[in-house]
Amino acid sequence: MTAMKRRRGAALLAGGIAATMLLAACGGSSDEAASDSAGGDTAAEETTETTETTEDAGAGDAVAAGCEAYADMMGNEGSTVTLFTSILPPEQQLFEQAWADFESCTGIDIVYEGSDQFEAQLPTRIAGGNAPDIAFIPQPGLLAKLVESGGPVAAPASVSANVDSYWNPAWKAYGTVGDTFYAAPLGSNMKSFVWYSPKYFAEWGIEVPTTWDEMFAAADAIAAAGVKPFCGGIESGGATGWPATDWLEQIVLRTQGGEVYDKWVAGEVKFDSPEIKGAMDVLQGWMKNPDYANGGFGDVQTIATTAFQDAGGPILNGECAMLQQASFYANFWENFQPGTTIAEDGDVFAFYLPEVDAAVAPNPVVGGGEFVTAFADRPEVQAVQTYLSSPEFATSKAALGTWVSANSGVPLDTYANPIDRLSAEFLTNPDGTFRFDASDLMPAAVGAGAEWTEMTAWFAEDKPTDEVLKAIDAAWPAS
Amino acid sequence: MSVEAHEVIPIPMPREESIPQAARRKLSSPWASGLVIFITLLWTIPTFGLLVTSLRPKDQAQSSGWWTAFTDPVFTLSNYAEVLTGGQTIPGGITPYFFNSFAIALPAAIFPLVVATMAAYALAWIPFRGATFVFFGIFALQVIPLQMSLLPLLQMFNLGWSIGPIPIFPDLNQAGSNQSIFYGTYIPLWIAHTMFALPLAIFLLHNFIRQLPRELFEAARVDGASHFLIFRKLVLPLTVPAIASFAIFQFLWVWNDLLVALTFAGGTPDVAPITAYLANIKGTYGAQLHLITAGAFIAIVVPLIVFFSLQRFFVRGLLAGSVKG
Repeated sequence: MTAMKRRRGAALLAGGIAATMLLAACGGSSDEAASDSAGGDTAAEETTETTETTEDAGAGDAVAAGCEAYADMMGNEGSTVTLFTSILPPEQQLFEQAWADFESCTGIDIVYEGSDQFEAQLPTRIAGGNAPDIAFIPQPGLLAKLVESGGPVAAPASVSANVDSYWNPAWKAYGTVGDTFYAAPLGSNMKSFVWYSPKYFAEWGIEVPTTWDEMFAAADAIAAAGVKPFCGGIESGGATGWPATDWLEQIVLRTQGGEVYDKWVAGEVKFDSPEIKGAMDVLQGWMKNPDYANGGFGDVQTIATTAFQDAGGPILNGECAMLQQASFYANFWENFQPGTTIAEDGDVFAFYLPEVDAAVAPNPVVGGGEFVTAFADRPEVQAVQTYLSSPEFATSKAALGTWVSANSGVPLDTYANPIDRLSAEFLTNPDGTFRFDASDLMPAAVGAGAEWTEMTAWFAEDKPTDEVLKAIDAAWPAS
Repeated sequence: MSVEAHEVIPIPMPREESIPQAARRKLSSPWASGLVIFITLLWTIPTFGLLVTSLRPKDQAQSSGWWTAFTDPVFTLSNYAEVLTGGQTIPGGITPYFFNSFAIALPAAIFPLVVATMAAYALAWIPFRGATFVFFGIFALQVIPLQMSLLPLLQMFNLGWSIGPIPIFPDLNQAGSNQSIFYGTYIPLWIAHTMFALPLAIFLLHNFIRQLPRELFEAARVDGASHFLIFRKLVLPLTVPAIASFAIFQFLWVWNDLLVALTFAGGTPDVAPITAYLANIKGTYGAQLHLITAGAFIAIVVPLIVFFSLQRFFVRGLLAGSVKG
């Protein structure tokens, strides 16, 4: 019996060896495949075949005409650049439309991949050796974190030159980690807007305010007429409180200036400092002023329970006069009243939230945007990077609507939508004080945590300002 | 062939028949039936809500709850048309993703079953030194959450893996690019799903195969049947309930998987499964509730077909694997 067992064991062993050899053979063949593709045929050809056909089609009719702008990016025919972003369809189609000419001229195929899990997936892919060639990173903080752990490749000189000549210098700083410039800005959004109804402003006999004092004079006049002038809503599910952080940022930048703002973001100026406390006092007299808010909803507390999507509703029927919200709020008006026109003489429009003191911060703008970060330095990747930072791309994309670039090379009349044009006007102002949304730059525990919840408590429970600021400071991660 | 004669022997375990019978007896009281019907209705409500929402026009689906459809009934099939043929949000429609899901889920259900059935037979009926140890090793592997092994596995696929100087898995990256030669294929997904499925599959099938009567195998061996013949002619036909029930499990799990697919294959339409479509159809500006629900119902169809066609094996297979270790 034992002999039989042994023999069986031997047979099993032999089987095992055979299996191992089989595996080894498989490994060998994939090795070959790898070296094949290193030589630049088979596998690579297969993936690019489709590109070549489209390129051929383009070559048939219009190679010379219309391709002059891409002269520096030629020479990469048949290559593929993978792109990873959090921007989903239908925006995806607009991007693909915008760079279709570039693709057919240069023969570079840009493979677009969007995911709502972008922030989680990108670090995984980089660590797994599967990084995309290019990613659109919406937070400078994430860029810095990725650079720290390795992955992003410094931007080529051509991109750097584009950014130098077309963007407000603040933008370049947000794409720079340490002393190395990594990422050029792509799209931008403008948060320093106040939405209002031109119709009701005319009815109340109020001019669109251009200074901070005028805005509050207008507010007083509207309040005297029996309408609470401001409305607001900060409820946003798990992110409840974020609109309130935007209000605070607007005031900090306007009353304390860019330098204090930068130090505040870096944690060098505490929340519980005279500067930020001063800004909170301004906010207290604005959005937390019972004479001013919350128009159309009730008392100040309702700001905490009103969804930010709903906050603008009362403006359309004259129950509220002004709502401080970002440019993207343009997408919400349809929901309140189908057919709402957004224009200076329409149902609703926005004015620039005025500066407080030109000596402290001239033309201050708080905004956001994405940054084009590369993870490979192949020539075709650099060509795409250069193209995406060029005014040609920005103009081509802006012409398709609902997208704004801070690239000053885009002619303002490219923007069909008046809000987009107004946004671009302020974003491209070379003398403006542009700053990125502070809560997006701070550590997540603060900017996407304590600051949200504490500001919500400030409105909802009337929690004392001192306690609110101390609590936010306490959440700031050590080190 | 003499082995075939043994197939006549009634192998099914007598106890198995009585479990459903006992259950039926206990559940046939009117109170229990009432309770079951109540729970069933309760559990069906969310799915029913999905169905109703998928049939409502866009503006209604977004602005009011599905129950308001009863007082103000407006129904349309345009959501399904948009999902199937492609609309503004994802012009290609659901079809490529639907095909991808099949291409991922079928092999990813068959591969682990083939390997696991053989392994389970070997562990159960081929006595060799360390068999118990190996079996418990595999059993213990179930403890490892797959989320933990995603990153190492991804690294292995893309960067290769070696212990010291000995390469275990070759570096498959194409020269000068970040992409392995697996990029844009289903292969890493098949491998990953197979690996993640094996511990449970081997465990369940082993327990089932182990229960087959010893006499059967001894008789077959006396008649001179090889292990492979026994496996093919005896084990496979008798294990069908367990195989079928595990096939359902594995197919449904892979069909509904999003995490593994996004990690190993990415979200492009040439490889991404139907779950990636559902995740992206909501678009940049948030909820396209009417499209998500319609897409979800199209995605549900396949699991339903699979489940109902293999259902008669399901209960038997589940019990068989678990009653005796």
